Amino acid sequence: MPLRVAAPNVSPILVVDQAKPVVAAKRRSRTGYILLFPGMTWLAIFFAIPFITLFMTSLQQPVPGKIGKYQAGFELSNYANAMAEYWPQFLRSFIYAGIATLLALVIAFPLAYFIAMKGGRWRPLLLVLVIAPSFASFLLRTYAWRTILSDEGPITSFFNALHLLPDDRILNTGIAVVAGLTYNFLPFMILPLYAAIEKIDPRLIEASSDLYASATTTFRKVTWPLSLPGVVAGTLLTFIPAAGDYINAELLGSTKDRMIGNVIQTNFIEFRDYPTASALSFVLMAVILVLVFTYIRRAGTEELV
Amino acid sequence: MAGAVRQVEDLHLLNLTKKFADVAAVDDLTLTIPAGSFFALLGASGCGKTTTLRRVAGLEDPTAGAIKIGARDITDLRAFQRPVNTVFQSYALFPHLDIFENVAFGLRRRGIKDVKTPVNQMLELVELSAMARRKPTQLSGGQQQRVAVARALINEPDVLLLDEPLGALDLKLRRQMQIELKRIQHEVGTTFVHVTHDQEEAMTMADTVAIMNAGRIEQMGNPAAIYELPKTVFVANFLGQSNLITGTAQGRTGDDILVSAHGRTYVVPAARSTAGGDSMIVGVRPEKMTVLDAVDGHRAPDAHNKVLGRVTDVSYAGVSTQYQVRTPWDQELTVFEQNVIVGDRCSVGDEVLLHWSPEHTFGLDGVQDVHAGASPELVDLEAAASALESRGA
Repeated sequence: MPLRVAAPNVSPILVVDQAKPVVAAKRRSRTGYILLFPGMTWLAIFFAIPFITLFMTSLQQPVPGKIGKYQAGFELSNYANAMAEYWPQFLRSFIYAGIATLLALVIAFPLAYFIAMKGGRWRPLLLVLVIAPSFASFLLRTYAWRTILSDEGPITSFFNALHLLPDDRILNTGIAVVAGLTYNFLPFMILPLYAAIEKIDPRLIEASSDLYASATTTFRKVTWPLSLPGVVAGTLLTFIPAAGDYINAELLGSTKDRMIGNVIQTNFIEFRDYPTASALSFVLMAVILVLVFTYIRRAGTEELV
Repeated sequence: MAGAVRQVEDLHLLNLTKKFADVAAVDDLTLTIPAGSFFALLGASGCGKTTTLRRVAGLEDPTAGAIKIGARDITDLRAFQRPVNTVFQSYALFPHLDIFENVAFGLRRRGIKDVKTPVNQMLELVELSAMARRKPTQLSGGQQQRVAVARALINEPDVLLLDEPLGALDLKLRRQMQIELKRIQHEVGTTFVHVTHDQEEAMTMADTVAIMNAGRIEQMGNPAAIYELPKTVFVANFLGQSNLITGTAQGRTGDDILVSAHGRTYVVPAARSTAGGDSMIVGVRPEKMTVLDAVDGHRAPDAHNKVLGRVTDVSYAGVSTQYQVRTPWDQELTVFEQNVIVGDRCSVGDEVLLHWSPEHTFGLDGVQDVHAGASPELVDLEAAASALESRGA
């Protein structure tokens, strides 16, 4: 039966029974919807409905006299107030996430290039090693960084000996938060970069050097442009979760290094200021969407092979 | 650029050796490729021809030896410093650049500002002006091939290297591109070094063919000269087909060597023999032989070399008929006969006499494997056929 659907005109025996392919085609299109159903349901229940609820919450107004109780409303001022109060954390989130993304790119590119071009038969093992840390819990790994960066630890002592640290410490500073973000999202940078670099035909590199390009020029004119799809995917996969992250700032930073994720979390859990938290979440989403779209536009990924 | 007379110089390879973990891919190769020639390196895969080419391009590090263009030693120059360009096997066009930029790549890297005129001229030469703003993936195989040639040639290299450039094209397009490449070579006058495993391609395109085997040049020269007078068993079998009969030299009469094999004596002109000792192989090309029904055997000229046998297969191929003839000592000989005779052809089972002129006979050194260079399928097939026959008998 599946054969008939795939190639109804191949054999005359199949053409005789003309009604069947039509029925089969209809059945096939219905199969598509059936297969889509679980995913769509999941999206509706866990994304669309919460999304709408969140939006409505962001416009609620307090019930007079009752702390932590809200009623339906259309308080657009929730947004203005939230932004007025928390814009520094917003800005900090994007700066931290931006630095972490850039650092991750700088660290990941040579690594991904090495695995893809020189890894040979070790490639699968090296890729497993890249994701191996993810087998331990995200929280646990971030806690581990507290020990690594602790005030008496070797890293802090080393930099202190060189008098490179403004506060004489790393833990509970912005540096620690950025380091944690970089570390935690590094695999999301490496894997797409690897996928893109691995697809580059080594003969293109040879052709470039045959055509008078030095190693640096070859990198600029051939390797880099051909890696761009991976760079775009990797930076997005790193930047987006990093901008909304609150664990790293919570565990590795001080109150001065709080990011927007922390603010949303405290507003929800501690202050029970649901409208403000929701408004902040919405703004975060909107800003990231705008950033991503401008970025993809500028990088021109649809132009790339 | 096109048509202009350019000063080109000979390419010299001196004692070139390239080893991969102790195995010599290229073994002490010394070769001069004349300036402006269309030179083909012909050999089976793994014979070292591509390695030789990559050495000249600078894409493979040398183990030993030197490469010179004229008097200039380019052995230690990096690939991007050599006055040599390559047309890669799968073209290796830059997928992120359009055709114009692909062709302009080399010029831009050398800091040439005005690339528009030469690029357009070059695209005209390969008849792709209309495609300048397309991406490589939007072009057909033959068009991509021409872009690859244009991208290399625009740099006016002293030597253009072509690594199996037509390998990915279908037969018809391949024939077309062979003519096209010859035309382009004629127009620009650059030395073309063409690596291929396709003997027909090498013979039709090149002025000079070098046949490579196991990292060495077996024989080099004009394609017709090599075909008519192969100097080793490998060449005799690899370039076209040959019938080779092993025998022993019995002495000379005048300018001829007499060779006895399986109870018959064959005449080989001394000038057409490369044999050193008494052990000799008598060779003849299949189309040089004539088939006679055994009863008409007396009609064969006395001076001709002769073999008796039984026809085991006849295949008619339009222009010619191919006969397989089994000798009394169980060797399969192949004969191509032009279909010019009127009347009955020999058929399977007929006793026949094969004869050919001594002038078409060549002598090879007997201490060689008579199957060297023959396509392995053919050898296997022969072995299988004789095994079947002996079981039946």
